[in-house]
Amino acid sequence: MTESTTNRVLSAKGITKRYGANTVLHSIDFSIEAGSVVGLIGENGAGKSTLSSIIAGIKQPDEGAMTIDGVAYTPTGPLDALNSGVAIIHQEIKMIPELSVAENMFLGRLPTHRGRVATRQMVTEARAALEDLGVALDPRRPVAGLSTATQQEIEIARAILRRPSFVIFDEPSASLGQDETKRVLEQIEVLRSRGTGVVYISHRLDEISAIADRVFCLRDGRKVGEWPSADIDREGMIRAMVGRELALRNIEPPTPEDHVVATVEGLSSGRFEDISFELRRGEILGVSGLVGAGRTEIVRSLAGADRFTAGTVSVDGRRVRIRSVSDAIGAGIYMVPEDRKTQGLNLNRTSAENISLPWESRLVPRGFVTTRFLNRLKKRMTKELDIRGNLDRPVGLLSGGNQQKVLLAKWLVRTPKVLILDEPTRGVDVGAKEAIYEIIRDLATQGVAVIVVSSELEEVLMLSHRVMVIAGGRQKALLSRAEATPERVMQMAVS
Amino acid sequence: MATPVKADSPANTGTMATTSAIRVAQVKSKLKILSGPLIGLILLIVVLSFLSPVFLTPNNLVNILVQVSYIGIMAAGATLVIILGGIDLSVAAVLGFSFMVVAVTYQNLGWPFWLSILVGLAVGAGIGLVNGILIAYGNIQPFIATLATMFAATGLSLYLTNGTPILGLPDWFQGLSQIRWLGISLQVYLMIAVFVIAGLWLRFRPAGRSLYAIGSNEEVARLSGIRVKAMQLRVYALAGFLAAVAGLVVGARLNAAQPSAGNSSDLLAVIAAVVIGGASLAGGVGSMWGTFVGLLIIGVLNNGLTLLNVSPHLQPVVIGAVIILAVLSDGRLFSMFRRGRGTDAH
Repeated sequence: MTESTTNRVLSAKGITKRYGANTVLHSIDFSIEAGSVVGLIGENGAGKSTLSSIIAGIKQPDEGAMTIDGVAYTPTGPLDALNSGVAIIHQEIKMIPELSVAENMFLGRLPTHRGRVATRQMVTEARAALEDLGVALDPRRPVAGLSTATQQEIEIARAILRRPSFVIFDEPSASLGQDETKRVLEQIEVLRSRGTGVVYISHRLDEISAIADRVFCLRDGRKVGEWPSADIDREGMIRAMVGRELALRNIEPPTPEDHVVATVEGLSSGRFEDISFELRRGEILGVSGLVGAGRTEIVRSLAGADRFTAGTVSVDGRRVRIRSVSDAIGAGIYMVPEDRKTQGLNLNRTSAENISLPWESRLVPRGFVTTRFLNRLKKRMTKELDIRGNLDRPVGLLSGGNQQKVLLAKWLVRTPKVLILDEPTRGVDVGAKEAIYEIIRDLATQGVAVIVVSSELEEVLMLSHRVMVIAGGRQKALLSRAEATPERVMQMAVS
Repeated sequence: MATPVKADSPANTGTMATTSAIRVAQVKSKLKILSGPLIGLILLIVVLSFLSPVFLTPNNLVNILVQVSYIGIMAAGATLVIILGGIDLSVAAVLGFSFMVVAVTYQNLGWPFWLSILVGLAVGAGIGLVNGILIAYGNIQPFIATLATMFAATGLSLYLTNGTPILGLPDWFQGLSQIRWLGISLQVYLMIAVFVIAGLWLRFRPAGRSLYAIGSNEEVARLSGIRVKAMQLRVYALAGFLAAVAGLVVGARLNAAQPSAGNSSDLLAVIAAVVIGGASLAGGVGSMWGTFVGLLIIGVLNNGLTLLNVSPHLQPVVIGAVIILAVLSDGRLFSMFRRGRGTDAH
């Protein structure tokens, strides 16, 4: 690519995308300008990834057209898009650990010389790209063992190798810490100064405010608005994304009882140290912290999914030994795991079978698990949680929101003493989110102690009686509802 | 498909391949009884009865059942292992070795035969347990662990007697293989009993049902409170035990302990029966009924080809072709072709 990258515009008009009866993008007009950063915001399922996939040539629109500088741009695939100067950096980085950094950067287009891979040339180019971004790395070393953040930087270097005119960043900071995110933002700054047009997709609204020149908001596949970054603040962005004020913020959760149902003391393992807290009946404890801080590891140990090396757990005043999930279930501690598709549900099995799985051996210790048993279970849970869809079909066919409800139903067949929810509303649409918050509140009213691990600060602050902040595997704070302001929580989370 | 999928946002659920595979699994489960393999079996029987006048005679049909009975007993155990998501390559070798132990303790150590039988069964279960431990706790892949025990058992079998068979087993034992009720041998009833009991356990008991969960996604099963490792030990031990039972059946029929009993073609027949019957080697799919039909297909094929004077060397070729047909008709392969068209995750 020898053309100058200044003054170029990628323009998409009327982009529509459907999956069967479902329209995920409704006639979107979107543009990227050279030397400028567009922040693309929207809730999960709003269509951000779909739009960027279409621009990067990964998916084809059903309607609409794109141009670059007025010339038709119709990429047939990601490689074609790259040749036209459009690169995308994905959320989930897939590198091949056994291959070197340089080989990963040139995957699919290794330079050859007379039938052999031109390794030296490849390494030289790779090194140049990495240095350009300020990354100190030997391109010959294997990728295995490098942190996610470093892999992300390699990915960025890979994308800019061909000097693209437009680069799309799809949630680059989702799995990064504070410092690493700063580096990414600096690299985007470098790109901008060179005249590259950047799209930055993120849920972290402060980053959007920091880096973007323009903010473009999608909701339910429609464009909500487009503003110069200086003209819109955080509250404004949230309102645009969600379509309403987060009024729930001020609804007080029901008052917990005095009885202490669970005590955790000095819980430690390789990933976290000395976690202690008490839970009362009907209390909702939020667990906040940055990605990678150790929140999931802590609750998994409590739920028996991972072993812990020190500390005690007591339920209703009595010490319990938790060495397996089965032990935890016996003690009344249940966990709804983070990833419902790979950890929570067997997608091939029906919803009814998924719901009954933990309970068959406990509710039918001597007899046969009959269709009647499954049907009764099914009817009860469908009613209790308002699950829509046929529960006798494989659960993988249900919508994200209903899948999450099935997963919750699985753990509410029996009333737990302590229910742990790890990212309960991830990948769930707005309507189902509300329903899940209702369910959590109802559980608290019934006397269940709920632990909610969530990366959405608003959600945690809205739901919890108290907030435990974890950073670097350590318990930094246990804040009351009044003390838990977004600023304070963030402060503790990055300490 | 009877009902079209409503706007349940399948876009949110992942790849097109997953959706197709799920729907095929749905259709398959609806047709549980009237399955592809059963239709195949019926067709085979019809065709063979035309091709050979001897085929459809009661004598011949009973013969088929008798011939496959020991394979069937092993196949029941293998089905459980495969649904669990594993594989057991050692079953045939355990068949031979466990009965060799029976014969050696009886003949060379002078133990009462009933005790020898118990020891043989214990050895079978023991080897199965070793498999289970290697796989569950040693984190060794099932293929490798059971391959190792297979070699070990085969070797030990030959070592115990220096390769010579052991004769002189009690008459009543040989007599067991002659007992007939309603014209059908005892071993056939034994096989059927194994299938029925295993089938009921698999379908209705929580422990049996958990095999499907473990085979579908071991982590999900574990996080659901299923004691996965314990289940693995149980199932592999059971497979070993059933292999030892099959060893008794073979031993009674031959009236000798042959070091060559339980060879690789037996192993292949066992796995073929399970796969033709619709179980997936990836785990989470399968049934006793399916394996039974698969077993019959193999028995009928072998029998029919022999009656038609087809060279015995060609018989495995035919079985191989049938296996491929069986897997192709398992929707999973079709959905793999569709996977190439890209994903529709948002």
